[in-house]
Amino acid sequence: MRLRPSWAGLKVTYVTTDAGLKSVLEQDAKDTGDEVAGFHAVVDANLNAKFQLLRQLLQLVAVFRRSRPDVVITTGAAPGYFAVRLGRLFGARTIWIDSIANADELSLSGKRLKNHADVWLTQWEHLERPEGPVFLGSVI
Amino acid sequence: MIFLTIGTQGPFDRLVLAVDAWCKTKGRGAEIFGQIARPKPGCEPNHFDWVERLDPAEFNRRFAEASLIISHAGMGTIISALEAGKQIVVMPRRFDLGEHRNDHQIATVNQLSTRPGVFVARDETELGARIDQALAATRSAGPPKLSRFADPRFTSALRKLILQPDEQ
Repeated sequence: MRLRPSWAGLKVTYVTTDAGLKSVLEQDAKDTGDEVAGFHAVVDANLNAKFQLLRQLLQLVAVFRRSRPDVVITTGAAPGYFAVRLGRLFGARTIWIDSIANADELSLSGKRLKNHADVWLTQWEHLERPEGPVFLGSVI
Repeated sequence: MIFLTIGTQGPFDRLVLAVDAWCKTKGRGAEIFGQIARPKPGCEPNHFDWVERLDPAEFNRRFAEASLIISHAGMGTIISALEAGKQIVVMPRRFDLGEHRNDHQIATVNQLSTRPGVFVARDETELGARIDQALAATRSAGPPKLSRFADPRFTSALRKLILQPDEQ
């Protein structure tokens, strides 16, 4: 949410596991006068919750079929991983920004996406490597 | 008020019990309110009011009213506190105790321990002292407020990547 200026004025659909974010987006639209951004809440999931993962994947497929994005931008984790893989399938450019919470090493999902994301970023300068990920800045 | 939140990743009884112990010692439980997801039976706090879950609006109200936040070392909560210019006491969840899926919260506190307004308790033995320090700090001006958005240099670089695909 702190990166919103990056896509200001563009047509955006947010996908999150936090349903409470919807009210923030509605307030945002009021403040800026823009139309309310698309919004989908998906179930939270991780590698220890395989059934939830499957549900989450199916929900994301539905979102992709409806919104047909040109660009996918995500900070992870499980839904972000699926979004990058699906983004590829649906012909979108994919931008992975590894979460700021991963200060010692890239997230598990981040590492696995090295060859799948078009742009592969870390938010910690000390994690930047010549072969990637690239550091361009952070949310804080 | 002091607002305690442990996030939604499951129980964090070490933090809850350490805050409870601090309340008992200081007799200041009336100043604390907690959102504590799924405490283990027997690990519920006895010295301050709490609920398992607040709806987002109520969470935001409690957060806004608090003069001090106590939290697990989740980046979301830390950023919210910095944006609000509030002091925050954080304690990292540990993988070996089953408190999270890995030790990234320890990495977080290692990086943020020198940031103004962030008081790091490495474990439950340090928590009381950090709460005392943070409370003393709340008597003077809070830390500088983090702006609502990330550094414009970062967001404009991202915007370029969104709008003008290059051969990366």
